[in-house]
Amino acid sequence: MPDAAIAIPPRATERRLPGARLRRFVPWALLALAIAAPFLLSAYNLNLLARFMAMAILALGLVLIWGHGGILSLGQGVFFGLGGYAIAMHMKLADLPAGELPDFMVWSGRESLPFWWQPFASPAFTLAAILIVPALVAALFAWAVFHRRVGGTYFALITQALALAFATLLTSRQDVTGGFNGLTDFYSVFGFGLSRPAVAKGLYWVTLAILCLAFIGLRLLLASRFGMLLRAVRDGENRARFLGYSPTPFKVVAFAIAGLLAGVAGALFTLHAGVVAPALVGVVPSIEMVVWVAIGGRYSLAGAILGALAVNLARDGISSAMPELWLYLIGALFILVVTLLPNGLAGFARARFGGEGRA
Amino acid sequence: MTGSAVADLLLAVDGVTVDFDGFKALDNFSLTLQRGETRVVIGPNGAGKSTLCDTIIGRVRATDGRILFRGEDIGRLPEQQIVARGICRKFQAPGVLPNLSVADNLALAARRDRRWWKSFGFGIPVGERAMVEETLDLIGLADRRAVMAGLLAHGEKQWLEIGMVVATGAELLLLDEPTAGMGPAETSRTADLIRDLGADRAVLVIDHDMSFVDQLAASVTVMHQGRFLKQGSVAEVRADPEVAAVYLGHAA
Amino acid sequence: MDSLLFLTQLFNGVSVASLYLLAALGLALSFGLMRVINMAHGEMLMLGGYLAYLTLIVVPGPLAILIAIPVAFAGAALMGGVVQTALISRLAQRPLDTLLATWGVSLILQQAARDIFGAIGVEVRAPDWLGGGMAVGGVNLPSTRLFIIAVTIAVLAGIALLLKRSRIGLLVRAVNQDRMMAGAVGIDVRRVDLMVFCLGSGIAGLAGVVLALLGPVTPNVGQSYIIPAFLVVVMGGLGSLVGTTVAALILGLFSALAQIFVDVSMAQVLLLLFVILFLQARPQGVIAIRSRALDA
Repeated sequence: MPDAAIAIPPRATERRLPGARLRRFVPWALLALAIAAPFLLSAYNLNLLARFMAMAILALGLVLIWGHGGILSLGQGVFFGLGGYAIAMHMKLADLPAGELPDFMVWSGRESLPFWWQPFASPAFTLAAILIVPALVAALFAWAVFHRRVGGTYFALITQALALAFATLLTSRQDVTGGFNGLTDFYSVFGFGLSRPAVAKGLYWVTLAILCLAFIGLRLLLASRFGMLLRAVRDGENRARFLGYSPTPFKVVAFAIAGLLAGVAGALFTLHAGVVAPALVGVVPSIEMVVWVAIGGRYSLAGAILGALAVNLARDGISSAMPELWLYLIGALFILVVTLLPNGLAGFARARFGGEGRA
Repeated sequence: MTGSAVADLLLAVDGVTVDFDGFKALDNFSLTLQRGETRVVIGPNGAGKSTLCDTIIGRVRATDGRILFRGEDIGRLPEQQIVARGICRKFQAPGVLPNLSVADNLALAARRDRRWWKSFGFGIPVGERAMVEETLDLIGLADRRAVMAGLLAHGEKQWLEIGMVVATGAELLLLDEPTAGMGPAETSRTADLIRDLGADRAVLVIDHDMSFVDQLAASVTVMHQGRFLKQGSVAEVRADPEVAAVYLGHAA
Repeated sequence: MDSLLFLTQLFNGVSVASLYLLAALGLALSFGLMRVINMAHGEMLMLGGYLAYLTLIVVPGPLAILIAIPVAFAGAALMGGVVQTALISRLAQRPLDTLLATWGVSLILQQAARDIFGAIGVEVRAPDWLGGGMAVGGVNLPSTRLFIIAVTIAVLAGIALLLKRSRIGLLVRAVNQDRMMAGAVGIDVRRVDLMVFCLGSGIAGLAGVVLALLGPVTPNVGQSYIIPAFLVVVMGGLGSLVGTTVAALILGLFSALAQIFVDVSMAQVLLLLFVILFLQARPQGVIAIRSRALDA
């Protein structure tokens, strides 16, 4: 795909151009390319790009909580999954003739639809659920831990336990969640046939628009006093507390926003990938989400987007050909980036060329 | 005279005990502070000076006794509300926020409405700008306003944190070792600053440096093993045999 | 309730708790000392399991398993020492980055095991003297599980003795209480870190041997025990052997007893909920040494 090659331009070109002009020009060029992508890429590659962009939305949330909030979550897959399963349940129901059950329920011998599936027949309810449920679960979870002043490494470990519990529960409730295989075989969403090329393009643009919206929204949020306070709490929770601020709400709100973005990302990803399953939301994928941002740069929104795209692109290329190699590679990437390049590629770029980087 | 003194009583620590699993960091300790008064608390390491500050601002809770601020018992209030009542503390290690500019550090401190849902605006609200400017002048960092606080020199960080404590509008300032790590010139500037602050507020200073305490010309309370030992002027305390014994390690 | 089932699960709970404890002890020791968690700690269990497998190939006979224990301990301690020296000590004061970097180590070790031993796993056959069981009041107590409990008690006693009586223990306690001060009075803090890290990893390797008696050793055998072990550390509190032990017992029993009423996966969810609820009451953990250091 051409996008990644342009995302990180050759260094020689960078050096020739004056930094300020370049910084203004590059994002717009990338945006123009991204908008034009449906006309430039094959249907297969466009679909891949759309999936990666969905993941980039989640990565933006990690910049907010991890980079600027100092909150490491090893359980973002849970919120991603909540959004993904919500839209998947809707699509499963929408494709059904009245009174019938989704295929996997029939195979598991279920006779009736569980009550909590029923409202997902409604598109409005589903959309609301995607926006509300992950954010709400994230807020409640974060509040329960943070208001007792448990944080740091403890919080990270608890989020990992959350990811494990979520994935295990999904796998074991075969008859209502589709179990290990998850939910798949979708034909339409909100009345649009998923197999039509025009719909695929439309969904791509929707994803791109949401990504841009999330990017702008978070930029504003990080520049606001809220962002300032979040960094204040990250760097000196006690100082902030004894200036009269209660640190907990800032952390909880940030975590809920990251949960919201993860939920939206999960829903969009499920639309593009045509499947949601425990293997996409458990412990290992959750921590891989962190590596996107670690590589892109935990303090940089642009870096997180590029990191999500680059890592997923590499994963797609390498893991289909040599799955063993990918695990070695991602393990080594974790170690190297964290020890040698803690501000990620964005920090590296900033040190070299100036521009957005550390907060 | 007595009447106005009572009316201006800001802080009363009343028989406070803090028990850390059997170890009494404060032992039936009492102290009062009036508006316009600066008090220095000294004592050997482990005397309970920092615990006293911790207890007043609610970081540590008293096992026994009361802490009255303007007559109100604040001993069970959450930390943020204690700050809202008008008490603020400078920590021993400089607690500035390293990744915010000097001005932004002060702006956060000067903010009157500290609830999270009031934080979605940008910049420093007009009403709080004057306080930030005033404090910048006071601590002499006006020309360093845009510098990231983490890049300040050690002494400047100490002043900035004192400035933050002042900018909260607190009436009772708790300054834990404000001259730690400072040279003589910086120390004497800090003493001037604190004398200015003490005029219409109450200031409680913890320090070891006796020359600094001399410059403050404030009354001194000596603590030992969590208990009140002596109170008086610097000269009186200095001449006291019991205090000398404690500092030289001859105390029983 | 069926009292036989209850007693059986109670026993199972104690043996599960033993495994949690063996897996968590090393984590808790080094977390108390350095405030970092080694995410590759689960792979020390795995390594111990594979070393037991190899030892049993080389050394035949019924007592080979007893030789495997020191071998696994030494192997895992060595690996822990390498991770500590090469990686963790370089990330001082960055506990969250340490999590991520050691997760990378964990991925690499798992994949290496997959490449060397295969994804399916290898069997370590328990010797005949561990084959039977004991019936107490109608409850069948398998020897392997009794063995696990015995090993755990021995390890616990050993560490307690080491910390209380030996010179190393004195150094560890000193660093635990005040790192800066310990360094200032001339204790080689980094060496203490390294020793504790090797010890903790070694215990995990030892746990891998007893784990191998329960089921096949697979590349991700450590993963199934490490997350409960993390929860034990969260719940145990800082710097206390007693706290960690009590937390492991509570979580092991909770998990086993919950399985009387719900299935394994639901028990996992309830376990997490339980820990979060527990933190509402005691955020500092079961036992925590009071620290006056300013923590932020």
